Amino acid sequence: MTTTAIKGGTVIDQTGTRRADVLVTDDGTVLAVGEGLDGDRTLDATDCVVSPGLVDLHVHLRQPGKEEAETIETGARGAALGGFTSVVAMPNTTPAMDCASVVREVIDLAADTICDVRPSAAITVGRDGESLTPMAELVKLGVRIFTDDGTGVQDDRLMRTALEYAGSLAHLSGGQPIVLAQHCEVNALSEGTYMHEGEWSSRLGIPGQPSESEELMVMRDIALARLTGTRVHFQHMSTAGSVAMIRAAKAAGLPVTAEAATHHFCLTDACCADYDPLFKVHPPLRTDADVAAVKEGLADGTIDAIATDHAPHTPQDKERTFADAPPGMLGLETAFAIANTHLDIPIESLLAAMSWRPAAIAGLQADHGGPIVEGSPANLAIIDPNTTWTVSGDAMASRSNNTPYEGMAVRGRTRHTILKGEAVVIDGEAQR
Amino acid sequence: MSAMRHLLSMADLDRDDIEQLLNLTESFTEVSARQIPKVPALRGKTIAWLFYEDSTRTRLSFETAAKRLSADSMNFSVSSSSVNKGESLRDTVETISAMGVDGIVVRHSGAGAPHRITQWTDACVVNAGDGWHQHPTQSLLDLYTATRHLGDLDGRRIAIVGDIKHSRVARSNAIGFAKMGAEVTFVAPQTLLPPSLEGWPVKVTHDLDEVIEDIDICYLLRMQLERQEQSVVPTLREFHEEYGLTAARASRLKDDALIMHPGPMNRGVEIAGEVADRPNAVITEQVTNGIAVRMAVLYLLLGSGLDLVDERADVA
Repeated sequence: MTTTAIKGGTVIDQTGTRRADVLVTDDGTVLAVGEGLDGDRTLDATDCVVSPGLVDLHVHLRQPGKEEAETIETGARGAALGGFTSVVAMPNTTPAMDCASVVREVIDLAADTICDVRPSAAITVGRDGESLTPMAELVKLGVRIFTDDGTGVQDDRLMRTALEYAGSLAHLSGGQPIVLAQHCEVNALSEGTYMHEGEWSSRLGIPGQPSESEELMVMRDIALARLTGTRVHFQHMSTAGSVAMIRAAKAAGLPVTAEAATHHFCLTDACCADYDPLFKVHPPLRTDADVAAVKEGLADGTIDAIATDHAPHTPQDKERTFADAPPGMLGLETAFAIANTHLDIPIESLLAAMSWRPAAIAGLQADHGGPIVEGSPANLAIIDPNTTWTVSGDAMASRSNNTPYEGMAVRGRTRHTILKGEAVVIDGEAQR
Repeated sequence: MSAMRHLLSMADLDRDDIEQLLNLTESFTEVSARQIPKVPALRGKTIAWLFYEDSTRTRLSFETAAKRLSADSMNFSVSSSSVNKGESLRDTVETISAMGVDGIVVRHSGAGAPHRITQWTDACVVNAGDGWHQHPTQSLLDLYTATRHLGDLDGRRIAIVGDIKHSRVARSNAIGFAKMGAEVTFVAPQTLLPPSLEGWPVKVTHDLDEVIEDIDICYLLRMQLERQEQSVVPTLREFHEEYGLTAARASRLKDDALIMHPGPMNRGVEIAGEVADRPNAVITEQVTNGIAVRMAVLYLLLGSGLDLVDERADVA
């Protein structure tokens, strides 16, 4: 057994904030938390926070099917560099993660990665919105989040059925809740559109989708959560109206949670002015008022979690017209810095939204999200929140480089990441 | 003006730029009237036509303009090319550039395609229409045609009528006519208007009859018949009744008011058949002027780069 002492940092978890060293062992547990700890090896945490590892509810790792853009291995490396110890892989792969064989393949490919990759699975076969996937079988493989992400379940009756059925599966998951996560977009209002509908789409001549395309589905799914009692998780909330509806639903005691993607609280549709598809994303970048509402939702807890919606695309796929290029942008290696730079909330709240709250939503509390105490799993992020650096897509671990933050100066960076007691990132360098 | 590298949008031109282009157009109109309507101004220059979207009139107009300037041209036919084999826009543009072209005239169904192309080539890029966004040479030929009949456009009133939402011509002309001092009014039902007109130099009305007697130009847009499938208007008959230039409405226009249309026309939809043939309908003249305008644009972008005023004597 080898021990590693993380020395000189400030430990922050859901129990509070204190100056302490943390001693971890390579069998994957926290051995001690306290002053003056020493181990076989030392990691300097001066000026850093020592947090439970970050958890991302929403990443696209492109494997199987689009390995040229990203693989589970490279995506996990980027995640570890971003301070994440667990990420939830979205099912819009090719083929889709809609059956046991594909989910097993993802689990196998993630067996030895430097971030704990958890597969989600599709709600409907082929994500085509017509028939349910074998949810019980998939839950038995470890799936806790179902979503057709990339598209929303359009059919009201089918969504109701999915919620009722998923609500009946907790006996297969050791009591962990099964979550249906929705990409909220009413296709009838968004087909053939490429950005947010408003002042900028009108001026640029790019077909746009109104905020209501998202909001109508948020409204419906709040109603279905009330009807079925099953929890709905709202993915990448992007409009002021959506945030307001979720706030009201929570006040009414309904079982809903929500995430916001980093780009939706720092970029707006004005970024599309030069027709650069780096800024094309679904849901689209919206207005200043929407950005302000998403920030407010994060500040008051209406939005539970910050997600990246990390969506790699090869340069050749982005070197097209705005209409022809696929939507999506990188996020894993910039998420903490972007949130830390753009959100005016205490770091404790920021880490709650990036670690323990998403861990609870994904049913990962046993392994991720802390608290950091003797005997707990040694999955940690050691982050310097005050160091500034300049974003470069080419310097990232991702196979793609489609970051919208290229050249931007940001504040806060992961120094070390510990996964199951192993220092997988040391001084900002992935160890394997 | 001599620093202008590309022509992508009317928003990139100021009033002086537009006036200079219209003056140059006047010179090329004279060239076009000659027995042999050809000058050697662009001899040795090569222009590539990169048309990703069907076009007959704009393309013929540009090709004629290039021939009259003695430029060589290279036709990149999208339907039979590597584009159909999955080549990216960037690779296509770099391939064409590698053949040594001086100018690329591009039409694309995607808004912003010409902007993207400028990042991948040293050639001058001329936007011949990009999606719903811009069609600057159409706007310039419209301004030239209007100016020839009405003189100074300051204070003149133009109504742009019909499918504005999906129209690059409307977006270009709203900017172009406003820059020349005209008062622009959009006339359409909300289903055919852009979702937001924040910051646009235009007035809006849903009632053509409200403005018909006050305007100096009635500019009708082509109603794309396939839009009917999206039910943007209940029927074309109803559209014609409410927003078409019927004979009854045309008779209420001021005597010297112009009737304009970018073509191709749907007679009986946005314009009554007989109205299109009235003397104050300058629709075919717009087509004629398009050649001289495009000669002016190509000359300005691809010519010697010397100051235009000095050059005018030589070219004309």
